[in-house]
Amino acid sequence: MNYLVGAFKPPCNIFISFADGRSRKQVPLKKENGKTVMVALFQSQESIVGEVVIEPVHRKKVEHNGVKIELLGQIELYFDRGNFYDFTSLVRELDIPGELYERKTYPFEFSTVEMPYESYNGVNVRLRYILKVTISRNYVGNIVEYQEFVVRNYTPPPSINNIIKMEVGIEDCLHIEFEYSKSKYHLKDVIIGKIYFLLVRIKLKNMDLEIRCRESTGSGPNTYVETETLAKFELMDGAPVRGESIPIRLFLSPYELTPTYQNINNKFSVKYYLNLVLVDEEDRRYFKQQEITMYRLLETS
Amino acid sequence: MLLIGAEDEEKWLAEGIAGIQHNAFYLHRALDSNNLRDALKYSAQMLSELRTSKLSPQKYYELYMRAFDELRILEMFFKDESKHGVSVVDLYELVQHAGNILPRLYLLCTVGSVYIKSKEAPAKELLQDLVEMCHGVQHPIRGLFLRSYLAQISRDKLLDIGSDYEGDAETVMDAVEFILENFTEMNKLWVRMQLEGPGRVREKREKERSALQELVGKNLHVLSQIEGVDLEIYKETVLPRVLEQVVNCKDDLSQYYLMDCIIQVFPDEYHLQTLEMLLAAFPQVQPTVDIKTVLSRLMDRLSKYAASSADVLTEFLQVEAFTKLSNAIEKVIKMQVDMPAVGAITLYVSLLTFTLRVHPDRLDYVDQVLGACVKKLSSIPKLEDRWATKQLVALLSAPLEKYNDTVTALTLSNYPRVMDHLDNGTNKVMAMVIIESIMKNNTCISTADKVEVLFELIKGLIKDLDGATDELDEEDFKDEQNSVAKLIHMLYNNEPEEMLKIICIVWKHIMAGGPKRLPFTVPSLVFSALRLVRQMQGQEGDIVGEEVPATPKKIFQLLSQMIEALSAVPSPELALRLYLQCAKAANGCDLEYVAYEFFTQVFVLYEEEIANSKAQVTAIHLIIGALQRMNVFNVENRDTLTHKTTGYSARLLKKPDQCRAVYACSHLFWVDGQDGIRDGERVLLCLKRALRIANAAQQMASIARDSSGPLTLFVEILNKYLYYFEKGNKQITAAAIQHLIELINTEMQSDSATSDAFLASTLRYIQFQKQRGGVMGAKFESIKL
Repeated sequence: MNYLVGAFKPPCNIFISFADGRSRKQVPLKKENGKTVMVALFQSQESIVGEVVIEPVHRKKVEHNGVKIELLGQIELYFDRGNFYDFTSLVRELDIPGELYERKTYPFEFSTVEMPYESYNGVNVRLRYILKVTISRNYVGNIVEYQEFVVRNYTPPPSINNIIKMEVGIEDCLHIEFEYSKSKYHLKDVIIGKIYFLLVRIKLKNMDLEIRCRESTGSGPNTYVETETLAKFELMDGAPVRGESIPIRLFLSPYELTPTYQNINNKFSVKYYLNLVLVDEEDRRYFKQQEITMYRLLETS
Repeated sequence: MLLIGAEDEEKWLAEGIAGIQHNAFYLHRALDSNNLRDALKYSAQMLSELRTSKLSPQKYYELYMRAFDELRILEMFFKDESKHGVSVVDLYELVQHAGNILPRLYLLCTVGSVYIKSKEAPAKELLQDLVEMCHGVQHPIRGLFLRSYLAQISRDKLLDIGSDYEGDAETVMDAVEFILENFTEMNKLWVRMQLEGPGRVREKREKERSALQELVGKNLHVLSQIEGVDLEIYKETVLPRVLEQVVNCKDDLSQYYLMDCIIQVFPDEYHLQTLEMLLAAFPQVQPTVDIKTVLSRLMDRLSKYAASSADVLTEFLQVEAFTKLSNAIEKVIKMQVDMPAVGAITLYVSLLTFTLRVHPDRLDYVDQVLGACVKKLSSIPKLEDRWATKQLVALLSAPLEKYNDTVTALTLSNYPRVMDHLDNGTNKVMAMVIIESIMKNNTCISTADKVEVLFELIKGLIKDLDGATDELDEEDFKDEQNSVAKLIHMLYNNEPEEMLKIICIVWKHIMAGGPKRLPFTVPSLVFSALRLVRQMQGQEGDIVGEEVPATPKKIFQLLSQMIEALSAVPSPELALRLYLQCAKAANGCDLEYVAYEFFTQVFVLYEEEIANSKAQVTAIHLIIGALQRMNVFNVENRDTLTHKTTGYSARLLKKPDQCRAVYACSHLFWVDGQDGIRDGERVLLCLKRALRIANAAQQMASIARDSSGPLTLFVEILNKYLYYFEKGNKQITAAAIQHLIELINTEMQSDSATSDAFLASTLRYIQFQKQRGGVMGAKFESIKL
């Protein structure tokens, strides 16, 4: 996009960089055009420090009504595309109105910024953080430059993490007891558990464990719910008999999961479910869905 | 319908193989370029071909073997961390990301085996994990093959674990624990195959299952190969666990195969030491299992083991192997109510074989086995089953073969009781076997008691059994009776008293056999008795004056009873011959009146019973022969008898017969030897009479047939003349001979018959004697030809 802007030959180039840009962790971010770029990763309460370099092209003089940098946290709902809802907005004035003749560097700092929500790229909603530099001008349009970055917030391991254990069944047909070792999982966790067959009167063919992601956006009548199956993991092949116990071990790391988001700014929620699906020989499906909580654990590496 | 099924199957197999080959190609490429990611991807895709449900076990096996070969290559790749740069720990997680369970678990097992080898994690935990994760495949065939793969790929590692770390019992136990677990699960899957897919033919299902049995059994095989599995571990862990699984699975095929497998795979020494435990499982299996075969094999193995060295025999005694086995058999028979008789008998045969090999000196054991068998047999109706009787014959034959001495069998009290349960035909066969055994080994049965038992055993041959109505084969009957006759000769005791007892017993038995059998058996017995007589004759001098129970007289009384019995048959010719034999024996014993009595019987028979003219001729010649040799008679008696004989001779029907009998009678008056009678007069009388008869015969022949018959009779008489002439009978003169020769010549000319060879050689003989010179030559000189 910067190139596109450049095509109109803006009078100056703007570079935004972070003070610890070299050492800071970079994570991939999918852009709207489908390309993936590496961007800096922050978490809440961090200070965002850096500098903005403005370099007039061909030593042209740039007149302006002031230069500012904003830190914006935005939620964009796709049914209302282009309309950003800013839940965070911080501004720093970089320069008073005047003229720029040569390359000039402006340091900036947003200290201990509250960024309660994580960056999220969903089906119907996007949550993003950007740094926006604006050179205000009269008559002609402002010169604007964006720098996106990603926020991830880490949660300590939950103090209470109960197992999920439940007996379900269809009367005189199928009774199973399943057990997942935890109800809360971090993103690189392993789901350990087992399924115990108490009664089997139907011919089962196989059994899968699915991880489903349910994203709901909007509120009231305008609620959109999108459910995606992120993982389909075969647990069992063939028909078990009574008393058989089938182990579960599902590594979560290969899947692109996010933490559970609960009612983010009244705009959207993302929830995760484990769906246990049993398929019989006539391809009838029996399933039991169970919500799990995902959280992001600080990776110590 | 089935044919199409088979074709389809071929097609599916071909598709599967193609799929494996296709992915294997990319897999090899990935391996060559050390691309782990692609290697995992293509191996998982390749393994997905194994997810098919369309193939029969045999075809699935083909598919599996293809994949197996590729996995070996993959394993090599995994082993070399420098190629893929991922630690085995991470690799172990990485392969578990695969979404489909079957490829995932195959890969997991493959990495797992590398992991164990690397010793980066305790083998125990890894093995536990692998065997546990495999629970995910519940499809019987796929599960069996997966677990079989696990067993195969971990095998060498297990042998290392079980054997490398010497003395570390814990690691051995880990390996054992793992195999047992895997074995148990495999067996469960295998059993479950039986229940899969309703509507399918049961037989086909069983056939398919049989094809897979080795997969299950391989686990036991590996167990037996682990060096660390000593008797202690086997006894405490391996056997109880395996047996528990066998008993609990309640599946015929499985129980049969696995019991057999246990017996074949583990060393005999272990079986011997855990006999009780092993045997305890037998009564617990399903009633339909063919447990007898397995049990038989066990006993077979044990008995071979016992035979291998003398040292182990003491072990057998220590563990009381026999008692345990026999108890087990009893229990098995009791539990398996429906077991056919043949099954039970087979078991007893095996036990007997075992006993004979292990405890050849314990006749009481043998008897015990037979007793148990009797008990079983008495609870069921008479045997009809061909196989059962066959087995029973085997049971009864075993001791005979082992001891090479039928006498031993005779001391077994239960032996005849078992024989009672045979049907008539088999009973006879068995009796024949016994007799053959006696004949083969030349066993002499020497006491009356044993003879009594023996005849009790072979009573099928001796008399008609109850209900024997079926038509007997004449040949068989003859064979049988001839055997009995042979057997009688094997009964012998040097002690006359005992021998007489034996004879009496035999007589008692063969009397019961009815007239049909007597012609076969009586002669043997008679000769046996006569042998006794001759034997006593030699000893007689020593025992004079004592009250001897066995005297020739008594025997002769018995003999005459025996022969008299033949008249009931009737078989006069045979009786006649036997009487003559007896007479001869009596002659030897100097018992004139006995001999006379026998001759009287002979003549009575001749008169009353022998009507056939041919038989009469034979009889007369026999009588003449016998009588000629009698020297015990006084003149009066002898005259009576010779007179009778000559009388009968002259009264034969046909002239030639008459003639021959009469000239034969001449011998009655001319006996060679010291005090022989030499009544030349009467000899000549006989010959002249013969000549007259011959003449008459000649004339009759010429009238009847318009041709004179052959001159044979004359030539024969001429020969008699020559005989007596040479012997020095004064009544036979050269002139008489000359006259006879001329007579013959005249007859020849009138007859113009072709020259007779007999005559020619007779004349040649005379010529020869003439030319020989000496006394005889001078004598013959006067005969002119």
